[in-house]
Amino acid sequence: MSTETTTAVEKKESLFSKKNRKLLTDPLDDSNPITVQVLGICSALAITVQVQQAVIMSLAVLFVMIGGNVIVSLMRNIIPDRIRIIVQLVVIASLVIIVDEVLKAYSPDISEKLSVFVGLIITNCIIMGRLEAFALGNKPGPSMLDAVGNAMGYAWILLAVALVREVFGSGAISFPGVGQVKFLPEGWFYANGGFYENNNLMILPPMALITVGVIIWIQRARNRSLIEEN
Amino acid sequence: MAFNKNSNGYTFFFAIVMVVLVGAILASLSLSLKPMQKANQAEKKMMNILGAIGVPSERGAVEPVFAEYVTERISIDSEGRQVNSMGGSVDPTNAEDPFNIDVKKDYRSKTPASELDFPLFACQKDGKDLFVVPVVGKGLWGPIWGFVALESDMETIYGAVFDHKTETPGLGAEIKEGFFQAPFKGKKISKVAPHFAVLKGGAPTTEYSVDGITGGTITSKGVGEMVDRTMGIYLKYFQSAPKAQK
Repeated sequence: MSTETTTAVEKKESLFSKKNRKLLTDPLDDSNPITVQVLGICSALAITVQVQQAVIMSLAVLFVMIGGNVIVSLMRNIIPDRIRIIVQLVVIASLVIIVDEVLKAYSPDISEKLSVFVGLIITNCIIMGRLEAFALGNKPGPSMLDAVGNAMGYAWILLAVALVREVFGSGAISFPGVGQVKFLPEGWFYANGGFYENNNLMILPPMALITVGVIIWIQRARNRSLIEEN
Repeated sequence: MAFNKNSNGYTFFFAIVMVVLVGAILASLSLSLKPMQKANQAEKKMMNILGAIGVPSERGAVEPVFAEYVTERISIDSEGRQVNSMGGSVDPTNAEDPFNIDVKKDYRSKTPASELDFPLFACQKDGKDLFVVPVVGKGLWGPIWGFVALESDMETIYGAVFDHKTETPGLGAEIKEGFFQAPFKGKKISKVAPHFAVLKGGAPTTEYSVDGITGGTITSKGVGEMVDRTMGIYLKYFQSAPKAQK
């Protein structure tokens, strides 16, 4: 993460300068919110049983994160320091409630699927972490990029874990709007005289943790800079 | 900066302005979206009632299907006497319409049952008379509800759907899944208490009970409790109702 803070007389730099592009790409790998910063683990465990849920959750987080980061960044010079956490919380909670209310009115089916996760978004530590660590000290443009980057970093881990869990746990992949698509022939299953059986352990929360662990392992094997010195 | 943003006065000022502003935004949003949300809820209720008698329906095209299958909307009091009866299309503004009785709200309120009305939906499917009873109860974390359809003998369960607000995914939340709801079909409501039960996962079941969800014991028991309690009230009506003689 860039340690530079905005100075008063900064030259106008393009939104997609090298430094700003790093804001987008860093969270995908080097400073991934889940695997490196170990934030947002709770939701990564709770809703990775199906790909479809992971997609919906990722989109919701993306929206709230962008909204929260930009709003807090716009207000960064007028937020009193002593109540900044409360202000951040109010911003996030309001955004989540707005999303929830609008979905209830215009897309009740998605709202039903999202119902449990709405609370999870408010308490998602990644969002507050980014507001506190980035948006409070940076302009709206970079803050938006930072939000997109971190939401994407969160999303790809969520999708990867959900894919592994759903494929091995249910023998299917679910797509939003399509439903579950089974890709193994029914005859392969043990119950139908075949040799294959779904791994029910995959559906249970512990396997999410183990899957995240495996992803961290692979990531560190590829990216040596993440390994601690001692 | 012209002002000291960390002074006590400004901090209070900021907090007050923020709360008023956010409150106003959220309140106006909620008010303006309420009619659409209400319509969606009514539609969902129709879908659930149709689901209990095994008729599939889709959002956006529920009302004609509902009007086709649900022939009469009845409300009864806690002693089983008929209060109101309506046919035709549902009028969302008519408080007398049994469809508009909010059983969830009634259940939450502390109003004694003797002052409440209970809705019942008489349906016709394939020439058979079916009766759909809404049920509401408590799960582990929040409210659970559902619709139980009875056959024309007013004893045998024709079908049931359940839903929940915040039950644990993978455990209690499974009450909305087919594998939990399917065994209700063909079971009977006992004429004497307990009228119905959902047993602890894996226990042998009788004619008047179904198997619960392992790991979702409290939610399962909640389902059993709400069916049992509600049927206790409707049985009084069924025993005196003219259609029960069929």
